[in-house]
Amino acid sequence: MSLDTVKHAAETPDAGQPWKELGLKEDEYARIREILGRRPTGAELAMYSVMWSEHCSYKSSKVHLKQFGEKVPANDAMLVGIGENAGVVDVGQGYAVTFKVESHNHPSYIEPYQGAATGVGGIVRDILAMGARPVAVVDPLRFGAADHPDTRRVLPGVVAGIGGYGNCLGLPNIGGEVVFDACYQGNPLVNAGCIGVMKHEDIHLAQASGPGNKVILYGARTGGDGIGGVSVLASETFESTGPAKRPAVQVGDPFQEKLLIECTLEIFKEKLVAGIQDLGGAGLSCATSELASAGSGGMRVELDTVPLRDSSLSPEEILMSESQERMCAIVEPQHVDRFMEICEKWDVIATVIGEVTEGTQLEIFWHGEQIVDVPPRSVAHEGPTYQRPYARPSWQDALQADDAGELARPASGAELREQVLKLVSSPNQASKSWITDQYDRFVQGNTVLAMPEDAGMVRIDEESNLGVAMATDGNGRYAKLDPYTGAQLALAESYRNVAATGAKPLAISDCLNFGSPEDPDVMWQFAEATRGLADGCLELGTPVTGGNVSLYNQTGETAIHPTPVVAVLGVIDDVTRRTPVAFAEEGQLLYLLGDTREEFGGSAWSEVIHQHLGGMPPKVDLGREKLLGEILISASRDGMIDAAHDLSDGGLIQAVTESCLRGGKGARLVVPDGLDAFTFLFSESAGRAVVSIPRSEELRFNDMCGARGLPAVRIGVVDGEEIEIQGEFSIPLSELRTAHEGTLEGLFA
Amino acid sequence: MARVVVDVMLKPEILDPQGQAVQRALPRLGFDGIADVRQGKRFELEVEGPVDDAALARINEMAETFLANTVIEDFTVKVEEEK
Amino acid sequence: MTTRIGVVTFPGTLDDQDSLRAVRIAGAEPVSLWHRDKDLHQVDAVILAGGFSYGDYLRAGAISRFSPVMATIIEQAKAGLPVLGICNGFQILTEAHLLPGAMLRNNNLHFICRDQKLRVENADTAWTSAYTAGQEISVPLKNVDGRYTADERTLDELEAEGRVAFRYADVNLNGSLRDIAGITNAAGNVVGLMPHPEHAVDPLVGTGRTDGLGIFTSIIKKLVTA
Repeated sequence: MSLDTVKHAAETPDAGQPWKELGLKEDEYARIREILGRRPTGAELAMYSVMWSEHCSYKSSKVHLKQFGEKVPANDAMLVGIGENAGVVDVGQGYAVTFKVESHNHPSYIEPYQGAATGVGGIVRDILAMGARPVAVVDPLRFGAADHPDTRRVLPGVVAGIGGYGNCLGLPNIGGEVVFDACYQGNPLVNAGCIGVMKHEDIHLAQASGPGNKVILYGARTGGDGIGGVSVLASETFESTGPAKRPAVQVGDPFQEKLLIECTLEIFKEKLVAGIQDLGGAGLSCATSELASAGSGGMRVELDTVPLRDSSLSPEEILMSESQERMCAIVEPQHVDRFMEICEKWDVIATVIGEVTEGTQLEIFWHGEQIVDVPPRSVAHEGPTYQRPYARPSWQDALQADDAGELARPASGAELREQVLKLVSSPNQASKSWITDQYDRFVQGNTVLAMPEDAGMVRIDEESNLGVAMATDGNGRYAKLDPYTGAQLALAESYRNVAATGAKPLAISDCLNFGSPEDPDVMWQFAEATRGLADGCLELGTPVTGGNVSLYNQTGETAIHPTPVVAVLGVIDDVTRRTPVAFAEEGQLLYLLGDTREEFGGSAWSEVIHQHLGGMPPKVDLGREKLLGEILISASRDGMIDAAHDLSDGGLIQAVTESCLRGGKGARLVVPDGLDAFTFLFSESAGRAVVSIPRSEELRFNDMCGARGLPAVRIGVVDGEEIEIQGEFSIPLSELRTAHEGTLEGLFA
Repeated sequence: MARVVVDVMLKPEILDPQGQAVQRALPRLGFDGIADVRQGKRFELEVEGPVDDAALARINEMAETFLANTVIEDFTVKVEEEK
Repeated sequence: MTTRIGVVTFPGTLDDQDSLRAVRIAGAEPVSLWHRDKDLHQVDAVILAGGFSYGDYLRAGAISRFSPVMATIIEQAKAGLPVLGICNGFQILTEAHLLPGAMLRNNNLHFICRDQKLRVENADTAWTSAYTAGQEISVPLKNVDGRYTADERTLDELEAEGRVAFRYADVNLNGSLRDIAGITNAAGNVVGLMPHPEHAVDPLVGTGRTDGLGIFTSIIKKLVTA
């Protein structure tokens, strides 16, 4: 087959092209022809098809995501916002922290180990490309029903993949979530987050400027991994008989990535790079077009210089390949030799594949013949924008009217006791340590807090003890009941979790996991959730610095619950002051902060006891969340509290169980006036936390809460070896521990 | 080019939990009648030049000192027929 | 004159920085050693740090063992240079035959990361003199190929000669024979252990315990009084 060059394309305008098979719509193909003034070459068609796919171009979500850029709260801390590989915030003392969460959902269903592993690899490279040393990873995971046979296939593979890749890179895994729900059965959600640290002056951007500067591809050789993976996997749903297109999953090499990290950091240290981009979805097509588009506009690439693992690859395949562990750097000519020397030291292959040019076109050549001649902006940043129709689902009202408050409640202390044990041993509420013990949380020696604490926290300066914290939260059940509120509740929970450790929330990254955008119900959920998140961030003062959208998470007609996941990043001046969750000191007083109402819609109790999802999710009061956060941070800083745990799914009893088991101490609790025992234990009202206070601090703490208007009621004391709810029941810690800690091992070991 | 295959297996007395995990999974997947499974490694070496006694001796040494850890592994060396 | 302790970085080594920090906290001068450099730069002792050198490809430690720096270390270890192998370092020492036995995949097939109770069996080696025989310490364990194995004859020899340095105390999750967590050579200058003492030297991070510091203060004491 002869090469489809630009010249040949201009001469054969009527040649048939497989634009449909590559995932393009007819009007998109027509637009490409219009942009180029001729038919595209095979290579150009491949580039457009991949870059204009949903996953790369965000064509269905762009119109809604705009809000994150419009409703931006005034925040001095933001140094780099949306649009780059990751957001960057100032954390003081000259340090900048970059962070992001991303999804790798579809590949993890097809090949759990490699899907999850390459998800970690991808997010780490994004952070590296910003100029930072990656210092920690987090993993929010969602699977189908815990006892389903396919979950037995997917979960262990995903966990092994995350551990296998992350542990080998030497990045501590400091947090995340594991959630089970039947709605994720055919569409597990594997979101991966990473934090990186650098000095302000080290921030690197993904742009190619300066004609004459060299384009250097370095890292692994290019093979046939994931050809068409992006457009095939992320833009089409799975048919129940199997994937419609040939699956193409990338295989990761964490050792190669470790070398890439060390090599790149040495290169950064010597300031050898003018621009840098990692190769992820859409491989070279993406890296070259994005670098050129963001820079001065012109680039020339000799594609035949790309080092290959498989010499049979066609130029189109090379352009679309998603071989892992590759980066693309823009280097001034006088720095090229030194750049190459450092790569050689680390045994990393590096090749000059092109240069930045004067013009405005991205030109790619294969053995001297031109196969690509496109305006890079049209590929990378001017993809189609869809105005997908959306409408409130016809079933939404009925769902919200199905009040969880009407469900049968436990009538006696014995029944309460039984339901507590059922709750804390249920897969969603049970201890996740069987999973998290497969991750290294010690490496790099800076992990101050890791799971099961409220947020992961790492020290970033050994002299000053400056630290950063991150929490990731999402609740698909709440979001299904009301996407606007559900998104805000995810934001509130993550914010609350960070504040509970004593860190001040600064900014967020989000991972929006939804069904098919072609379904108006789903699109309504997306529109509502993004609106809720944008409004919420504005009110809390935490801007969205970047994130990820994953659509088409559905099998057939049934979409997953709308699942916006929010990662909040916070800063703490002195990590020695951090607040853990463990109730560790006998005699300390336990206080419940915030207001408790009868709110059970979407609650863990309704799921475990009644298998019910209905009603309204808990009300959101962001002003209250802010106040609670401030109190928790002040109290932490001033030594007024020794432990704090936020309340979320599972309510108060879940939080107290976790804190008691972690500290190895029991608690004697009294139901406060005005509440019944059931509501006290199982309600999931937002804006609440439980704290453990030394007796000597009680007055000061109460005064502070009183002065600031935060309701605070003493509910008990840390004492003994059981959890006792006065007048109702008591459960020995040993019984609680067996119930709470055995579930996952029993299901998956 | 000639291909020489080096197969490396754990010594029989060494516990092989990976092989056992595979064996345990088989009946669940509908495969009966497998008494034991042991998992090993196969190295395919594309040799430049003739595979004579000298070359084989070199490959044996390579297997003994590097491809296999003879404290815990045994190996065999086989020349594959040229296709 | 300050004691100089070298920590080797192979491609893929992960715990070199923590080992260097532990050396510094213990009061010695940490010296970074590069795998391609045969010169040990006048260090008084060497630590082979933990991690996944060469990705554990082929076998853990199998490729690192042939590095230029290892040629010098093997030679000098035989002449009495104190060498400590932590986790991947222990794997490299067995592959290099400086210590007997080999490491296999954990019995439960999973990566294990936990705070591990150990019993110090031999407090006479260059690296364990700060402890007392029988002392129990807690140190992080994190590995996937941590099951120690050797033939019966070798195991009996190790026991008879008192060359088991550490044993798993509460649980033995990787399945190491005779619960062996660490061993020493006959002369007591080469010690290998799977758990990570360098992750238990700073009360602020990790498990919050500092039980691992004794490994590093032992070697300083030995070198200073030598």
